[in-house]
Amino acid sequence: MTDTADRVENSVQTLEGVIIRFAGDSGDGMQLTGDRFTSASAIAGNDLVTLPEFPAEIRAPQGTLAGVSAFQIHISDHNIHTPGDEPDVLVAMNPAALKSELNRLKSGGTIILNTDAFDMRNLEKCGYQMDPREDGSLDGYIVHEVPMTKLTVDATADLDVKKRDAERSKNFFALGLVSWMYDRPLQPTFDWIEEKFGKNPAVVASNNAAFKAGHAFGETAEMFGDQYQVASAPQKPGTYTNITGNVATAWGMVAAGQLSKLPVFLGSYPITPASDILHELSNHKNFGVRTFQAEDEIAGAGSALGAAFGGHLAYTTTSGPGVSLKGETISLAAMIELPLVIIDIQRGGPSTGLPTKTEASDLFLALYGRHGESPMPVVAAYSPSNCFHMAIEASRLALKYRTPVILLTDGYLANGAEPWLLPDVSTLPDISVDFATTFNDTDANGEPVFYPYKRDPETMARPWAIPGTPGLEHRVGGLEKADITGNVNYDPANHGLMTELRQAKLDGIAKDIPGAMVNSDGDADVLLIGWGSTHGSITAAVEQLRKEGTPATHVHLTHLSPLHPDLGELVQGYQHVIVPELNKGQLVKIIRSEFLIDAKPLSKVMGLPFTAREIIAAVNQATSGASSNGAAQNGAN
Amino acid sequence: MTDVALDPTKRGYWTSDQEVRWCPGCGDYGILAAMQFLYTELDDVKKENTVFVSGIGCAARFPYYMSTYGMHSIHGRAPAIATGLAVARPDLDVWVVGGDGDMLSIGGNHLIHALRRNVNIKILLFNNQIYGLTKGQYSPTSEVGKVTKSTPMGSIDAPFSPVSLAAGAGATFVARTHDLDRKHMIDVFRRAHEHKGAALVEIYQNCNVFNDGAFDAITKRDARAEMMIDLVHGEPIKFGAERQRGVMMDNGAARCVDIADVGEDALLVHDEHTTNPSVTFSLGQLAMDRRSPTPFGVFRAVDAPEYAAAVGDQLLAANDQKGPGNLEALLRSGATWDVV
Repeated sequence: MTDTADRVENSVQTLEGVIIRFAGDSGDGMQLTGDRFTSASAIAGNDLVTLPEFPAEIRAPQGTLAGVSAFQIHISDHNIHTPGDEPDVLVAMNPAALKSELNRLKSGGTIILNTDAFDMRNLEKCGYQMDPREDGSLDGYIVHEVPMTKLTVDATADLDVKKRDAERSKNFFALGLVSWMYDRPLQPTFDWIEEKFGKNPAVVASNNAAFKAGHAFGETAEMFGDQYQVASAPQKPGTYTNITGNVATAWGMVAAGQLSKLPVFLGSYPITPASDILHELSNHKNFGVRTFQAEDEIAGAGSALGAAFGGHLAYTTTSGPGVSLKGETISLAAMIELPLVIIDIQRGGPSTGLPTKTEASDLFLALYGRHGESPMPVVAAYSPSNCFHMAIEASRLALKYRTPVILLTDGYLANGAEPWLLPDVSTLPDISVDFATTFNDTDANGEPVFYPYKRDPETMARPWAIPGTPGLEHRVGGLEKADITGNVNYDPANHGLMTELRQAKLDGIAKDIPGAMVNSDGDADVLLIGWGSTHGSITAAVEQLRKEGTPATHVHLTHLSPLHPDLGELVQGYQHVIVPELNKGQLVKIIRSEFLIDAKPLSKVMGLPFTAREIIAAVNQATSGASSNGAAQNGAN
Repeated sequence: MTDVALDPTKRGYWTSDQEVRWCPGCGDYGILAAMQFLYTELDDVKKENTVFVSGIGCAARFPYYMSTYGMHSIHGRAPAIATGLAVARPDLDVWVVGGDGDMLSIGGNHLIHALRRNVNIKILLFNNQIYGLTKGQYSPTSEVGKVTKSTPMGSIDAPFSPVSLAAGAGATFVARTHDLDRKHMIDVFRRAHEHKGAALVEIYQNCNVFNDGAFDAITKRDARAEMMIDLVHGEPIKFGAERQRGVMMDNGAARCVDIADVGEDALLVHDEHTTNPSVTFSLGQLAMDRRSPTPFGVFRAVDAPEYAAAVGDQLLAANDQKGPGNLEALLRSGATWDVV
């Protein structure tokens, strides 16, 4: 990289893994820096898990605590499941980032500071009375003070770039420095800069120069000493890519269109953290995908239901507040029994809550949040890449059973990334369905007729006859339908029957879904039951517990309605059953009422995923006989 | 099957087997008949390619009575649902049916956006100036002072003019008709059907139970000559038994005048194709008083790109630029690496 003659001879140390947290002002490009480090690490073959955390404000006042944006990445030479409990390294681009993130850093950890941002004004903005570099508050940490802004400007001095623009490349300096420290491949970042900014050669040159300068600084400055290597993790052979949950969800929707041989329609209204699915899908119109940015959440769902009536594989994507608005349309879809997939990227609530933070508190909303008896399948993804498969699964259920289906993911899955062993496309399920094209019965006079509510005896799905099909013209609607004929009907017995039929159709789906995921330890007294994005944290906790001599079994749910058919058996026979959830205890109430077992909640509602340590502590507390207050250590509320 | 069921030129062909359940004497019957008769006259339509989508309200029962495809959906949401259907299936004739409460109150947002997008849906707004299905509350088109169950001291809400609202939303087709004149309804519905894009047709419809005679002062046979203004494209707007009155633009507002006072040259020459919607807006304002002469016919029929066609064009363009979608290639479209 550099031709510097006085290169410092650094030794190389090998690490099993490292947790790095990039933090800076919202305008400092920390999410981009984290993304690039992630991609380079993925290409280097590490296993990795990321946790992007950014404020709801697009540009909170510069230099304030409210404006701090952070990106945590855990890279490892072995299989890992969480973004890590405590970072080993904190890169802080300004005093606010240092102040807001320091308490997360592990004791004795490394801090890399952009000293150019540590002036009186920035210190005051975030409430530092004294410079933390001088008042002893960083004692016990390894602190590297680097004038990143100045070095970036120096590196770009020969380029035709204004100083102000050059300063904006300082995140690439930081990226270059950390890339040197952890021996990341450089070419992917150069390639990415060229691809991303190719239209603006000055920006390419400036970013490249800053990136190189950061790398060279690490190599030549004597302050850093050793370079670290994190070897590639043993992984199954195959082709990998790095994927976030939202992109995986969008690709799953495209895949479901291909696998069902139906055109895809997405009706959606922008909402954090779901909008990226709309953005991603809008790039794939060459698959025949129609994306419609509606005037509101209701029209997002309504337009999708209209497209479903027309024979499209229809989706609406949203987050919790949007699900509330779509409720009436979802119930109509339940009444007229058409396929509609509602994807809820959960976030902190109630109300606007914490739009950019994760939570899993919409489970009850998904299961019960509608007027009337309105049962429908609810499924949940457990990792970023699993969003791909669950989008296909939700589509399969919707199409096969002619029902609305809710797919739950959350902000952590949506924005978090992991390496993904690409599936062999030929192994993905065929989810195609047949439209009705012919009469399906005869009337009292022996004339052939089409009865839109005459169900398939096996699936109980009604026929899907789309406009354009001659002879099968029929009317659907929100008024109660007569069994078989689908005519408007207010008869009490018929309403009772139809209510039972809709429930029985849902219940029957249990025969057609896989068992729950089980990570079993034969001797375990402890059972952890999870759903959704807690999978990684629970897996990491169970691994650690076993090392510590506490065997534990982990059962994880992807299907929440109907529940996995084997769940009733799986949950029996444990002394301690704990259900960690990023809510106040929703699945646990279902487990208790369905299976009459003494399951205990472990709640965390802080906009953050569980750390493995929080789950381990809850297990240890339960097994040691101490009474549990049912809240994670730092999540009590 | 009976012969009628096989002959598209017979009204029975377009009639479903469901018993019509509007109140006896309701204006909706006449509108339904006009639509069914229109379909007996059209030769570019098929039962299976026609869909009626409705919201909630008395008018919204309409789809059950047509023998086409149909959906009786949610209060206010029919334009949104129909938009999705029309975008997904541009091969279909999609009609939307709803009342003044459905379209202008709970569904006002969907209405204006469907109109501005110019989606190829034909919206029939049955305006009876009252909530009928909920048994008589004032609506967004009820006149100020109206005494209803929810306004015992009289309504204090200023009403919408649906025509002006549609013009404000940039609608490319706006028309008004009324339930007592089948021929006029058929003509206007046919024009809407022929229009490429979103059409709004306001239909003055009598609710003989909760707001009987709301339009009598205008549409009763003996009132029509002086109170109904026929809009004829390319002609000066005149009305009255002796065609002695007319409409002129005065400081940006449409005004009814005696031709004797202003001279024939001062009259507004009706032009359906004027791109700027402000004249339609002004003509819509003439109907804001129940006792003022009211324009009927096609206010506006403007050529503009239709939404679903534009969506289709983008799909084709994407296909040209990137080639047909390939799932295998999509999964490998980011940075990838191989583990051996």
